[in-house]
Amino acid sequence: MSPNSCGSAPVHAETEVHFRDAAAKALLDPQLRANFRRAMDGLITKRKAQFPDPRDLQDLRDLSTAIRSRSLLNLPELLEQFEANCTKNGIKVHWAETCEQANELILGIMQAKGAKTLVKGKSMVSEEMHLNAFLESKGIEALESDLGEYIIQLDGETPSHIIMPAIHKNKDQIARQFSQKIKDAKYTEDVDELTAMARKVLRQKFLDADAGLSGVNFAVAETGTLCLVENEGNGRMSTHVPPLHIAVMGLEKVVARLEDVAPLYAILTRSATGQAVSTYFNLITGPRGAGEKDGPQEVHLVILDNGRSRIYADPQLRATLRCIRCGACMNHCPVYTRVGGHAYEAVYPGPIGKILTPQMEGVGVRHDLIHGSSLCGACGEVCPVEIPIPEILVRLRREATHEDLGSAVAGKGTGRTATEDWAWRLWAGVTKRPTLYRIATWFATRFGKALPAGAPLIKNWTQSRTKPVPARRSLSERMRTEGGPHA
Amino acid sequence: MPDPRTAILGRLRAAGDSGPLPALDTAVLERRQWPAAERVARLRKGMEAVHTEFLDATPTTWPAVVRAFCDREGLKNLLFGPACQDGAALAAAWAPGGTQLMPYDRPVEAFKQELFGEVDAGFTSTVGGVAETGGLLLMPGPAEPRLMSLVPPVHIALLRASTIQDSFWSAVKALGWGRALPPNALMISGPSKTADIEQTLAYGVHGPKRLIVVLVDDLA
Ligand code: SF4
Repeated sequence: MSPNSCGSAPVHAETEVHFRDAAAKALLDPQLRANFRRAMDGLITKRKAQFPDPRDLQDLRDLSTAIRSRSLLNLPELLEQFEANCTKNGIKVHWAETCEQANELILGIMQAKGAKTLVKGKSMVSEEMHLNAFLESKGIEALESDLGEYIIQLDGETPSHIIMPAIHKNKDQIARQFSQKIKDAKYTEDVDELTAMARKVLRQKFLDADAGLSGVNFAVAETGTLCLVENEGNGRMSTHVPPLHIAVMGLEKVVARLEDVAPLYAILTRSATGQAVSTYFNLITGPRGAGEKDGPQEVHLVILDNGRSRIYADPQLRATLRCIRCGACMNHCPVYTRVGGHAYEAVYPGPIGKILTPQMEGVGVRHDLIHGSSLCGACGEVCPVEIPIPEILVRLRREATHEDLGSAVAGKGTGRTATEDWAWRLWAGVTKRPTLYRIATWFATRFGKALPAGAPLIKNWTQSRTKPVPARRSLSERMRTEGGPHA
Repeated sequence: MPDPRTAILGRLRAAGDSGPLPALDTAVLERRQWPAAERVARLRKGMEAVHTEFLDATPTTWPAVVRAFCDREGLKNLLFGPACQDGAALAAAWAPGGTQLMPYDRPVEAFKQELFGEVDAGFTSTVGGVAETGGLLLMPGPAEPRLMSLVPPVHIALLRASTIQDSFWSAVKALGWGRALPPNALMISGPSKTADIEQTLAYGVHGPKRLIVVLVDDLA
């Protein structure tokens, strides 16, 4: 594990995690597959309807990509400017290199105010930190208030999608769960009634909570503003009702100007859920001001690195940090749709997770993830900020087996296996020697057919495909005997 | 060991920038322009699509329109900001009896329980609207506290047609939000909603269940 990764992560033991096994298990669950298929089809259709004009879409993508690239090019300066403006506005800024540091910071902020309960708006960075488990171990209740997050927290689960965390569950499952876990709840499959039940429980929590936590969708350097995108209003509740608001963000979230946020916001909601606009777009620029009658008395912001500065150091991998967490890449991923989010055993599932998680936790530890892709390219095609996910995957595959590429990739070279090494060496040895190559292809064409489909190595391929039958004679053989331009 | 801030910024600096800044071509945003009347129609269409309700009014009739709505819905009370110009105008026109006007004039700590449990509706002004997608722009503050548009189950918002901008992008520029922002500003496009249960839309999950826009036609 890299020094920057979250050692406290419950899902990652010191041993390698196997996406392959988890995916194989998920594939056997027809209910899960149906839940994801239906949801993803819906999201794909809705997104498409939001971009009727391909020229508009491309222009908006180009602009969004340029804005995110510029922000990254100026990152240290923008972070300093942002921090200075936040401080001027009365927002207290803290920095954390690791998840452990960030967790401790939040605990410290809460303890200083004597806060014992925390109500949370949706934040993927807090998932990255495993904040809830940490706070609970310190006797602090951390309650998720986004309906999807609330649903999965009741069952002690993790999100299976970054935008729709409870997408793996259907109505019946939620109905059963509510009737068992919410006090005095009756069994109902009516979505409005289920929503009303959650509203009732959570309203009381907002009212009572000592502190509220939120993520940050965009951080604006020129004004020192935190932007929050949401539909439910739980983000506003968490950030305006309790006397203390703590926000957490990855250090890549900053952009130069508020004007820059407009196109990013426009492409975010459209790409994510096929909405032209979210219900709320909240701009927080400070705690309760002079004369104000509500709003938090204190606002704190924790800026987290957790491996991001290492990703930043590599010109190609830096593109990963352009991500605005819209989830479109997962919605369009044929692998994600079939195996669901939990199979990845990572905070960020799907294509973005496949490139982000191995960079944060080490390419060796999450070796399986970088190979769990057919490289079909759908993710790169829909990404609103044009992150070349397939290319980065290929790069990480190379990094995983080579430690001498001169990069700063965590765990480089640790995914190397003796079998693979041996196979490539053999292949290189044979192809570099014409005589040997001719002998090998002669044998392969004459006897390849006789090789049993269950033979080691071949078995992995033939499990779900028919065994390829080699031609009776190799191409170079035919060229020699039948003639050709270079015969 | 340097402190985290120094260490992080140091690493980012050491990575160095690479290459010139890419140009920003905002043509796609500039294409979003409509005449005033069409801006109104677009805003309305966008917001109605997400369950916002509209009441038509004129610069003189709007207090009566708000009142008629409250009476029709049998609202017990209506939270308003007495120090806000529109709030004061509403109070001046409010006849006794029926729906009670309730001023938000003390710190929330003094009436949190009441706010969460007893208030039927909140009335706020707006500083503008967004035609492209539909949306209201609000700047809460001392005269109109933040929770008025969030906690009561019904939010009634006053919008003047002349303040509707083409897009959020043009609104940010027109309102000068990039230069200075109050502690809280926001855009609202509809009542609170969720699709977290099987992608089925449900309204009023945390915030208001209904959003009523009193649209004042002041274009003439
Ligand atoms: S990688 Fe692109 S498509 Fe995937 S979540 Fe990030 S911004 Fe969205």
